[in-house]
Amino acid sequence: MGSVLVLAERGNPGSDMDGRPIGDAAYLSTCELLTVARRIGEPVVVCCGPCDAADTELLSRYGATRVFTVAGPAAGGCTEVARSEALVAVARRLRPTAVLIASSREGGQVAARVAVRLDSAIITDAVDVYPGPDGLVAVQEACEGRYAVESGVRRGTAVITVRADAVQPLRVAKPAEPVTECIEVKSSSAAYGVRVISRTAKPAGERPDLATAPVVVAGGRGVGSAGAFELIGRVAEAFGGAVGGSQAAAEQGWCPQQARIDQTGASVRPRLYLACGISGSVRHRAGMQHARTIVAIDKDPAAPIFRIADYGVIGDLRQVLPALLAEIARRRGINVDDLTTEA
Amino acid sequence: MKIVVLVKHVHVPETPEDPPFAADLTVDRIGLRGRLNEADEHAVEQARRIACRRRDVQISALTMGPAGAVAALRRALVLGADQGVHVLDDALPGSDALATSRVLAAAVRRLGFDLVLCGAVSADSGTAVVPTMVAERLGVPSLCFADAVRVGVDGADGVDEVVVRRDAGAVGEGAVVEGAVVEEAAAFLPALVSVTDRCGAPRYPSIHAVAEARHKLVRTWALADLGVPRSQVGKQAAATVTRTVNPCPRRHAGDVVRDDGHGCGAAGLADFLAERHLI
Repeated sequence: MGSVLVLAERGNPGSDMDGRPIGDAAYLSTCELLTVARRIGEPVVVCCGPCDAADTELLSRYGATRVFTVAGPAAGGCTEVARSEALVAVARRLRPTAVLIASSREGGQVAARVAVRLDSAIITDAVDVYPGPDGLVAVQEACEGRYAVESGVRRGTAVITVRADAVQPLRVAKPAEPVTECIEVKSSSAAYGVRVISRTAKPAGERPDLATAPVVVAGGRGVGSAGAFELIGRVAEAFGGAVGGSQAAAEQGWCPQQARIDQTGASVRPRLYLACGISGSVRHRAGMQHARTIVAIDKDPAAPIFRIADYGVIGDLRQVLPALLAEIARRRGINVDDLTTEA
Repeated sequence: MKIVVLVKHVHVPETPEDPPFAADLTVDRIGLRGRLNEADEHAVEQARRIACRRRDVQISALTMGPAGAVAALRRALVLGADQGVHVLDDALPGSDALATSRVLAAAVRRLGFDLVLCGAVSADSGTAVVPTMVAERLGVPSLCFADAVRVGVDGADGVDEVVVRRDAGAVGEGAVVEGAVVEEAAAFLPALVSVTDRCGAPRYPSIHAVAEARHKLVRTWALADLGVPRSQVGKQAAATVTRTVNPCPRRHAGDVVRDDGHGCGAAGLADFLAERHLI
């Protein structure tokens, strides 16, 4: 099997999550990519930032056989150009079957530059990659998730950006110690110089855009009142997500019209959609049915929303949601009041 | 100053159920009704605003597409472009992003440029990679997904630069969190900037603008005019091949539990979410 390059992306270790050691969380997206890479070749990690022994050990648990770190001007800033140059340098040496990058705005641009330099195929936002009889097969979604498109690669290396949580990260049975190597990348970054003038964190209160939020918490008629709708906001804040509403909620003025999720309103495709007190009419479903995971909470066991929910709770959302917030706070080891005011 | 705006003619589905695929599984760009990609309208508008503040700016709209794509150019001319260029060749249908960027870059080079503008994402493919590929081929910096753009002179060196404001990722739990920070970034010209639809809607064109646009020049170039060999474009040169297109399976219901009023519903839900790393 040929090698498969994986671009490492390091997050913060974050708080302890039950049953998961801190280190794994830092490299969640990289571990997902490694799991995919293993299916089609020997995973080789390319790391633009610092990568110490503990990081290498973590990556080996998910199948990394080699780890390349970068020296030279590219190592300084992990800009998209620096990352693409590092990947191209390693790819020219190893001639891999594929290069895997986490799908995101920046990931797409890294992939674009790599694909041009290697003159290779580019497949964006793949939801699955598996080995086929004629080589790897990548699966993408088209038309807002209505169609699944399977593509093969005719020639050269495939540069693939892979959607986050497309795959559950899986450890290997017998991790081997990866060979680490530092490569010198002669950067032509000066020619592509982008100068960052300022970076300002968005204020904690400013919730993500409905269209791009990873989590959407939506309330419907079952919420009952504008006051009770604040509960929806608190749950959204706890998840770092956006607030939405059904047609009924928007009509009542509990949420703004821009937050109305239905066929003619906003269309969302978050990782998690939490439908609270929403019956799930056809027109509402049209706005959210392609969410990756759907959870519904409603009093009525016959509500159509339960037909498309991955998990449903029949009950009073005014009891279930506060209990859920308490449970989340407990698992994060913090006070429930701090859950919705943490930055 | 020369600005080239890359524009794309995208099809508009008559109903949400219309699949945009032709029989050979490529995106059907000929059969269905189309319009200028909305994000590209914003790009033309940004070019117009830059031109307002400076002297001697020429805005060219450039598109690669079948005969009907000239409609996108006409719209761009109404919105403020000074001239249009249509790359049209029967070898082009079925071209992938690599080939498209190769052709566009060749045309941009032929036109000459200080700044290339385009919409960040096209409504039909949604891939957002062609702009950066074009920048790579032209050997210039790319500033993508800009919510605001301005062109100024860098005080220290007296050189023109373009400054953008955009959402950027920040290191967060587990990975980079998209859209967590607002970033201001700059690059010296020549450069490429792609814009989102947050950067300001185009003005409704005046009757005068519509009339004037009819007299603006639209040139048509073939591959031979760009020096791009036929063997590098089109379906047969594509590096990927679409094997199958299938409608996605409909969702099935998962577990449904009844809450007992004492938190068992929440506990079960929390377990479900934790299993999927959602909390």
